[in-house]
Amino acid sequence: MSTSTDHTATIPAEPPLVTGNLGFHDITQLVSYHTEKRPPSVWYMTLLVSSTLLSILLILIGYLVWNGVGVWGNNNPVGWGWPIVNFVFWVGIGHAGTLISAILFLFRQQWRTAINRSAEAMTIFAVICALLFPTIHVGRVWVIYWTLPLPNQMEMWPQFKSPLLWDVFAVSVYFTVSLVFWYIGMVPDLATLRDRARNTFKRRILGFFSLGWSGANRHWRNYEKTYLLLAALATPLVLSVHSVVSFDFAVSIIPGWHTTIFPPYFVAGAIFSGFAMVMTLLILARRIYGIENIITIDHLEKMAIITLLTGTMVGFAYITEFFIAWYSQVEYEQYAFINRATGPYAWAYWIMMSCNLLFPQFFWVKRLRRSIPFLFVTSIIVNIGMWFERFVITVTSLHRDFLPSSWDYFNPTWVDMLTFAGSFGLFMTLFLLFLRFMPMVAMAEVKMVLPESDPHFYDDHDESEPSTH
Amino acid sequence: MIKTIIQSIKATMGIYDARDDGVYGLLAEFTNPGTLITAAREVHSAGYRHFDTHSPFPIHGMDRAMGLGQSKVGYLTLIGGITGLALATWLQWWTSAIDYPMNISGKPFFAIEPSIPIMFELTVLLAALLTVGGMLAMNGLPRPYNPLFYSREFYRVTDDAFFLHIAASDSKFDLKATETFLQDIGATSIEVIHDHGYSELHITEE
Repeated sequence: MSTSTDHTATIPAEPPLVTGNLGFHDITQLVSYHTEKRPPSVWYMTLLVSSTLLSILLILIGYLVWNGVGVWGNNNPVGWGWPIVNFVFWVGIGHAGTLISAILFLFRQQWRTAINRSAEAMTIFAVICALLFPTIHVGRVWVIYWTLPLPNQMEMWPQFKSPLLWDVFAVSVYFTVSLVFWYIGMVPDLATLRDRARNTFKRRILGFFSLGWSGANRHWRNYEKTYLLLAALATPLVLSVHSVVSFDFAVSIIPGWHTTIFPPYFVAGAIFSGFAMVMTLLILARRIYGIENIITIDHLEKMAIITLLTGTMVGFAYITEFFIAWYSQVEYEQYAFINRATGPYAWAYWIMMSCNLLFPQFFWVKRLRRSIPFLFVTSIIVNIGMWFERFVITVTSLHRDFLPSSWDYFNPTWVDMLTFAGSFGLFMTLFLLFLRFMPMVAMAEVKMVLPESDPHFYDDHDESEPSTH
Repeated sequence: MIKTIIQSIKATMGIYDARDDGVYGLLAEFTNPGTLITAAREVHSAGYRHFDTHSPFPIHGMDRAMGLGQSKVGYLTLIGGITGLALATWLQWWTSAIDYPMNISGKPFFAIEPSIPIMFELTVLLAALLTVGGMLAMNGLPRPYNPLFYSREFYRVTDDAFFLHIAASDSKFDLKATETFLQDIGATSIEVIHDHGYSELHITEE
């Protein structure tokens, strides 16, 4: 026995990424099966609820376009009400997917393969919800194309020095790249579904979208390189999106917004809320679809750890903001923060503080990290907290401006509330359709993390030598 | 001349011409990634060049076994990125400093600092799109028609089966000799693929 073998043998074995002793075919079967059979009745019930909410959203968009943005609670001095809060909330949720698929890929975190497909889908649907809000918030939605640099009869161009325009570019580029990344990652799995399809119509559709994929190694070679490059491009992109969103606030001169800590703090918050949403959805999906062996409790625990990390970072940023406001000796800045914690919106501030800073701290306890009911409840609490964070930032900084005579208390209208509820309908409807028709787990990638996928797995082992794989 | 060049470019994408008698190639099945990689090594050292392995997932070390070098996709990413950066710079400079200069809070008409976010976004956008477009082009995708799909076994390639395909267009290809060779290196079944919609399955006796 050589000394090098001794050395490697002492490294404790990683727990298997896929449990239940599944083979290649079992994985294909477990995942593809759900796109081929009748969905469970829970699926139909959820779809009914979500499509009802979606219809409400569509009706309210019509109502809004017809009447103008006066149907919302936005007014002086709070010109940015719920639409912008909702926009930032949804963009934030749309961060986990690309983070999981790109950053964790570059860090060789192989556990991501089980959750990346559904997390990416969630990203895309969340960004669709996010793009909706600023689009309808502009008021005259029929001229939204003015935000793009298109030649027009006025011979005018967009104002490239405005953070709001940077936002248009950042979010739409993020959407496009995430969509391409998601689709390219799905091509081999669509080919799997194509090869299993029994009816011609389905085979044609899948044949079209799987691009004639045949698993050729000459193709895998370019494909894997492309995936790596896209991950490398998406990594700075995902960090930039919420940074640019935070510029909408930070580049202004409003006390409470004009802060250099905003970009990293927003990014941490986005990852925090995104992972919470992934947890909420996957806890339900793995249970309903019986894929607990692919999306294991270890995956959920790892997500809980990331939530703990980012939640603590966010909490640290809240405290830093307070400290800097005091330390700056700027009267307005100090007032903005005292007003947040003790003013008329103190209730919102303390909801934010407890949900985002306090609750994730329970994840220090391993038992709680591995308790499904606790994870589920906490993931929802985190997203409530993150919505309130955006509410606090947007509304409390605006409602008492420099002139006390214009101070006011912001109240949302029924249209605000139902539109926000409706955006969940849009999100859930898209997600349910995804679960029904697309491979919800990246099969080719999960097969790759099985030990059987390594050609050396089949090498003849010397009896005296312990296997290190 | 031109035809040969086109053929060799298509061969890098895994698209081969069928022989005059309609034979497209031989498709051999192997049991697992281990035997497939050994087989690929044998096929390459026997001098075949128009061949490919097909598997449900990328197999590590297969590029080396098949004698393929690094993928060239990265160059396109670089070109895309540079184009995006140049486009964003030109767009912001020309529209706000040349075509319609407008005084906004006394800021310079064009400066690098406020232009950086859009420079970054367009760099990433064009790099990503060119990478994906280039990958599809280099792979000859989308390819709706592929004679291999006539095979009765090939549908399992996206599930749990491992195949090696030697194209009839290879200069060393000989229907009988290549089939014997594939049997010798451990193929469990061999199919003759025809370009006219059928295939003949030969199961190797154990």
